[in-house]
Amino acid sequence: MAASFARLAGNAPKRLCLRPSTLLNTSVPRSRSIATTIPRRHAEASSYQATRLVPTDPTFTHFANKGSPEDPEAAGLESEAEGIDRKIRHYTVNFGPQHPAAHGVLRLILELNGEEIVRADPHVGLLHRGTEKLIEYKTYMQALPYFDRLDYVSMMTNEQCFSLAVEKLLNVEIPERAKWIRTLFGELTRVLNHLMSVLSHAMDVGALTPFLWGFEEREKLMEFYERVSGARLHAAYVRPGGVSQDIPLGLLDDIYQWATQFGDRIDETEELLTDNRIWKARTQGVGVVNATDALNMSFTGVMLRGSGVPWDIRKSQPYDAYDQVEFDVPVGVNGDCYDRYLCRMEEFRQSLRIIQQCLNKMPAGPVRVEDYKISPPPRAAMKENMEALIHHFLLFTKGYSVPPGETYSAIEAPKGEMGVFLVSDGSERPYRCKIRAPGFAHLGGFDQVSRGHLLADAVAIIGKCLCLMFTQTLLILAPLGTMDLVFGEVDR
Amino acid sequence: MATSRSVARLVAYRRTPFLPMGSTANFSSSQPQRAPPQPGFRLPPPKRWDQGSESSLDKASKYFLMAEIFRGMYVVLEQFFRPPYTIFYPFEKGPISPRFRGEHALRRYPTGEERCIACKLCEAICPAQAITIEAEEREDGSRRTTRYDIDMTKCIYCGYCQESCPVDAIVESKSWEPTGKATKHYLTGLCYATETREELLYNKEKLLANGDKWEPEIAAAARADAPYR
Repeated sequence: MAASFARLAGNAPKRLCLRPSTLLNTSVPRSRSIATTIPRRHAEASSYQATRLVPTDPTFTHFANKGSPEDPEAAGLESEAEGIDRKIRHYTVNFGPQHPAAHGVLRLILELNGEEIVRADPHVGLLHRGTEKLIEYKTYMQALPYFDRLDYVSMMTNEQCFSLAVEKLLNVEIPERAKWIRTLFGELTRVLNHLMSVLSHAMDVGALTPFLWGFEEREKLMEFYERVSGARLHAAYVRPGGVSQDIPLGLLDDIYQWATQFGDRIDETEELLTDNRIWKARTQGVGVVNATDALNMSFTGVMLRGSGVPWDIRKSQPYDAYDQVEFDVPVGVNGDCYDRYLCRMEEFRQSLRIIQQCLNKMPAGPVRVEDYKISPPPRAAMKENMEALIHHFLLFTKGYSVPPGETYSAIEAPKGEMGVFLVSDGSERPYRCKIRAPGFAHLGGFDQVSRGHLLADAVAIIGKCLCLMFTQTLLILAPLGTMDLVFGEVDR
Repeated sequence: MATSRSVARLVAYRRTPFLPMGSTANFSSSQPQRAPPQPGFRLPPPKRWDQGSESSLDKASKYFLMAEIFRGMYVVLEQFFRPPYTIFYPFEKGPISPRFRGEHALRRYPTGEERCIACKLCEAICPAQAITIEAEEREDGSRRTTRYDIDMTKCIYCGYCQESCPVDAIVESKSWEPTGKATKHYLTGLCYATETREELLYNKEKLLANGDKWEPEIAAAARADAPYR
């Protein structure tokens, strides 16, 4: 690749006749062959030349040796390069990682034919923090906050995924109330995530207004997060064995208040986008993935459903309380960006439906497993009861040991199938924790999806990202349009 | 409504049961289960331009008068007459729940004696290994810390230290603007913009001073949240 760049660079000034003609006839003495600069025969023009393209030829002979009579091969090649068999290469654009339109830490190598994308090569790993390896050195409890930081627009579903895996290995059944709380907050998280993905997608296409409305709703949702867990973003709320604390009094009322008005916000956004001819022109027929391709490229979530494959883990392998709620799964037809958008909009409404059911059916009872070997005892018990205190100390220093075994447990995260493959060797720390992030598979299919589209389409619609810098660990967020990528989980 | 039609396009054929092959799960639980689809089930072909129920005149007028654009613009216009959701940040601040996890503080007993007994549970549980504690016996024979450092640049505000503390000594206070300079981070709600990095390496004096400063708030929050802990 580097060679071709150099060759391009070398040929460009020749074609444009920018090379000083004196160089052609210059015969350089052989004794100067080590020097890398061309000897100046006379003073050059005093005009400012910031960048100079140093011409080379296809054989990469040095200047000093060039043009010498004992190099006939080079002469032949050069005559070939004069113009007849010259190849025109596609323009290669290095898009990101610090690109104002890419916002995030995605580096895309785009090969462009004019404005059409011939090949897209995503380079990932710029946000790699070694989460999986770090988790091997943490107890199960300490590993939990790492999951918040994977896909940091849908925090609680990540925690839920890990918690379900640990619970499966521990073989515990969590209390009913914990299941419903998880379902409720899982759906709030889905709304949170779809607000970010749909509306930042709209913003990248040019509709800034709904994005601002969406952030108002996100603000309210993060307030619910804060009231229940104490953090607006990295909640660490869903724990193996239930949830960390019960929901505070009055929160369900406020969620109900929010849920009654949120349908109107969806309507407003739809009014602005769904029929809008600009939005349709930018999304219909763009990024089409047919069902076979989507399955072959292991797409999940809306990327798969948008292509017409009815697949939702909440339906096929229900976890928590999803088998007790009624909801429908929207499925697209054409598999383009527009259908995926419609699926997400319908998922908003279905999430609202689930939230309403959760609010109505929220049972009373404990929110954690009442096994002090797994979940910490309540503080009152810990302060009075010696045995509880011992359990408390053990849990927070040594952690709990998980019986040996391995599990792959997957959930329907807002972005797709999020899975955790957990291997336990019977100690307090996981032997291996592999995270199956939906965004990674989606980004893997980026080349096939974006091929043939214009730069503005593929980059603005599939490839544009949104960045929010966090004070804590400087995570950079990039939900890529309809692919809905977040680099916390892609790079892990 | 015009907008619901496009969604209806996606959702309409859902009414025919669309069972994945070999799966026992009914995909749409809210619909009564009917017979499985015929072997050669296909979606109805999309309507062509001349097959719709809408007259050409309607379509033409909608197209040229930009009906859907103006509908959207009207929705935008409505927003002008709504009260704004924003607040004037440095003067107005958003509500904070008693569970909020902000800047750390070390508390004291009402007698003035510091609570921390250097059990080092917080040091053990801290996933980011941000806490360093050294302890030795004091002159009066009680075990207290000689050093209690929190590296706020490492801290991830997970709240495990506060959960682990058996004597409620280390807490995450409600303070999220310790320097009072920077604006609140609009997502995490925290702001830790200091001029130098060293200001973020908290030692015991700083943490105790925080505790003294925020004691009323911390105590109120602990009382409010006590039933849930």
